[in-house]
Amino acid sequence: MGDLVVDKHVQYILSVEKKKDSFESLVMEHLRMNGAYWGLTALDLMGKLGAVDRDMVVSWVLKCQHDCGGFGGNIGHDPHILYTLSAVQVLVLFDRIDVLDIDKVADYIARLQNEDGSFSGDKWGEIDTRFSYNAICCIALLHRLDKINIEKAVSFILRCKNLDGGFGCTPGGESHAGQVFCCVGALAITGSLNLIDKDFLGWWLCERQVKSGGLNGRPEKLPDVCYSWWVLSSLIMINRVQWIDRDKLKTFILECQDKENGGISDRPDDAVDVSLCV
Amino acid sequence: MHGRPRKPLKAEDDAKSIAKASKLRSLQNQFLNYHRNQIFSREALEVSAELVKINPEIYTAWNYRKIAVDKFLEAVSDPVLIKNIVDEELRVVENALKQNYKSYGAWHHRKWVLGKGFSSLDRELWLLDKFLEADSRNFHGWNHRRFVAALKNIKDEEEIKFSEEKINNDFSNYSAWHNHSRLLAQLVKRDSHGNFPNECGLSEESEKLLKSEYYLAHNALFCDPEDQAGWFNYLGLLDLTVAPKAPLLTASWPSHGSNLTLSSIVQPGFCTSNGCKTSISRERVFPLILYFNQAVEGVNNSTVTVSSTCIEKRHLNWRPLSTDGLGKSKSWITYMSVPDVANPLELCQFDVSVGDSQGIISLNGYHYGLPTKFEFKLNPSSSEYSRREVNHDMVVWKDECFTKFDSLILDLNLPLTTSSHQRIGVHNRVHATEWQLDTLKSGIDLFRCLLSITDCKIGRLTLARLLTSYNIMVDGFPCTSKGSQWEEVLDLFSSLLKMDPTHAHYYKDQHSMVLIEQVTSDRDTLLKHCWHHEKQTSIGSLSNVWLRLNNLSLSRIGSFERLLWVQMLDLSHNELRSIEGMESMQLLTCLNLSHNQFGSFTSLEPLKLINSLRVLDISHNEIGGHSIDTTRYTCSSPLTHAPGVTWDSKAFVGDQEVRSDNWELILIFKNMPLTQLDIAGNPGNYEKCRTILIKALPNLKWLDGVSVE
Repeated sequence: MGDLVVDKHVQYILSVEKKKDSFESLVMEHLRMNGAYWGLTALDLMGKLGAVDRDMVVSWVLKCQHDCGGFGGNIGHDPHILYTLSAVQVLVLFDRIDVLDIDKVADYIARLQNEDGSFSGDKWGEIDTRFSYNAICCIALLHRLDKINIEKAVSFILRCKNLDGGFGCTPGGESHAGQVFCCVGALAITGSLNLIDKDFLGWWLCERQVKSGGLNGRPEKLPDVCYSWWVLSSLIMINRVQWIDRDKLKTFILECQDKENGGISDRPDDAVDVSLCV
Repeated sequence: MHGRPRKPLKAEDDAKSIAKASKLRSLQNQFLNYHRNQIFSREALEVSAELVKINPEIYTAWNYRKIAVDKFLEAVSDPVLIKNIVDEELRVVENALKQNYKSYGAWHHRKWVLGKGFSSLDRELWLLDKFLEADSRNFHGWNHRRFVAALKNIKDEEEIKFSEEKINNDFSNYSAWHNHSRLLAQLVKRDSHGNFPNECGLSEESEKLLKSEYYLAHNALFCDPEDQAGWFNYLGLLDLTVAPKAPLLTASWPSHGSNLTLSSIVQPGFCTSNGCKTSISRERVFPLILYFNQAVEGVNNSTVTVSSTCIEKRHLNWRPLSTDGLGKSKSWITYMSVPDVANPLELCQFDVSVGDSQGIISLNGYHYGLPTKFEFKLNPSSSEYSRREVNHDMVVWKDECFTKFDSLILDLNLPLTTSSHQRIGVHNRVHATEWQLDTLKSGIDLFRCLLSITDCKIGRLTLARLLTSYNIMVDGFPCTSKGSQWEEVLDLFSSLLKMDPTHAHYYKDQHSMVLIEQVTSDRDTLLKHCWHHEKQTSIGSLSNVWLRLNNLSLSRIGSFERLLWVQMLDLSHNELRSIEGMESMQLLTCLNLSHNQFGSFTSLEPLKLINSLRVLDISHNEIGGHSIDTTRYTCSSPLTHAPGVTWDSKAFVGDQEVRSDNWELILIFKNMPLTQLDIAGNPGNYEKCRTILIKALPNLKWLDGVSVE
């Protein structure tokens, strides 16, 4: 164990941006907007947001916007709710939300809500509680929650709740920690957390901690650092975070650092990934 | 990169990787060009097919192919040609899934194609079978199976069978268990909805289904007690068995059969209507509180009727005890006027009837079960009322101020017990059926047996849960002798604490909830915690009963339905972080929460709803000592966006004193009718906030033991 090697991580995140031609970067080119949000948030948390050119990022973000109001994951890619949220988050991070036509973006989100309260990711109609979270979070950041039907949105999320207390992608889908985060997050933003049994969900969540101290995303799966975020923040939102062992988790995360080159991986000694640095 | 080992690249890998990258780069550029210009030539489509094969997550390419398919389908009518187009698309998806079987984009594309209705669903199921054989936990695969089953109108019973086969192949297949139990719950729910063959809402058919499910669940748990698949499945099953379906009234204040004197209930300064407002009314009113077994909506003048021998029927303003604005709560309150009667010795009888007409509905959509009636009497002697005024003496919580209650004197109207089993005036906590009790009993025997063979965490935890459910059920069951086994449950949780220290706080919380349940379960145990305060007689009254649950190592508290009558409560020297649910204690006047582990002001939110609260001690906690506020998200504030809650954030922020480091303090305390507050000894050093607090609390007389004047 040891400390968080902050400087190495900052170098790593900045270098990801420069290595655009590797296969790994190319495969993820279409979700660069997500990557930007993850990387910039991590830099911000480490107090190093000043290391990037703010104006350059903002003008790139705007180039990803479409006439409908939504954003694509990169220039030339189709608009989708996933990247619209990240774009708004990046602009909020830089305190440059003023560059947007806010109602246009909010209307794009509102149009994606379906009759049953669910949200589609884009006009092609994939439905998932991830998109419910994206929509609610994004439209809350834009201060336009009145544009969607919150009651219906909440009731759809509750329909995705399972007997084990967790949540799935759609009604009937298996519980998954990432999905739990989305649903709990959406309920938290809309002030609806009283509608779920927090003890029930809390037990499922705290049992994601395995012997090594790490957290997994579903029962009987391997631990992965990304679930530290999904599980931990869900437990915090329902005020049950003391149900896991904090010190053991800290040790596990620090062991996943690449101390020489910077970056954090899913498990000790696996390859690093920018999304995990958040 | 998830699941990929971290290692330095070798030279030949490097060359390979450069070649791979340049191919992908070229495909992506070509594709984006075709997409931009909306070119759908054979060559263009081949590029996109090749691209999604290497990079299935590239969502824009799937969108592009959807446009192309729609175009092609529009142009042909020959079924053979249509089939060719659709089959080609499915083949492209299969190739992509071979590269990444977790690709959301590829799975959705497949659904989209199948939704057109030109494909063989039998072949799809056959393919899925192969797929789930290779990766039995893939949730995309299972989602897809559910999609195809719905498309093909396959009966739930058949899908249950399918999942059961998967379970029998591998007991630790959580995904199969999930599908199995969700379908089962669906059948049970369908069966019991709006139709209650017996009091817990299960038909014989459902009971039979659950019985066979228990058989399977026990097998799994006994085979491998370490496997989590069995754990959660069993808990879900237990929940299906014991969780109340229809909402029921479990407690009220005043309680059934109680005889109240005015002096024991009227607090000067109850707010009367519309929740907590700054103006405090001195009207002669008393609260009427209903407590349900689950959160409900629809409590109003048509679902609840209150009639009295001495006052006319009036419109009552019922409101849920919660701040979230969702209109749903376990506890509901209204205020009744104290009648003016000519003869001060005359008793007023009140009859309350709940659920006569439909409208009280649970979160799950169940309607109120059996109509319930209860009654109480009130002596509205006005002479006593006029004597009462707010006491300005400081309340001191020192041990030497308290003396044990003489139980002989306590032969008052204290609603200490809730057992009354007539259909009318029923305050049962749960209506248990023979089947439920038998199921719990045989479960208890089985898990005792398991523990005698092999000591395991889940065995202990499940036994503790079964015993808890059983104890609660027999408590409200008329024909069973009361065999409280709380001690055993407490021992089980204590042993789990040592056995599984990682989740120590979970067991600690459960232990606390059971302890409170035990303490409040009958009159004799509760009496041990009732004290008399020597110096205080006039603040609050209810015969001056001080409930002292201090020094019990409690980390949580519950069982509020048995504490509705409490006016003075000492919870000091525990390990509390939360008082979730305390808003039901609407008579609470004095509360001591000192020497606990409260980490933030937002954790005190329930107190905002208690208008009778005058004396509060939150000294020596951890408020202001944590960087993360874990109750921020459950607390209604200008940061939440509940539809029913409007925050005048301008008025809120307009307060000059509100700063980023003390806005939560203002949020909780502003206009609370406290006369005494102790806040010293918290890491946030709120001594500096003295002027802010005095301004926020207009009635405050004592702050940290010093007179405000």
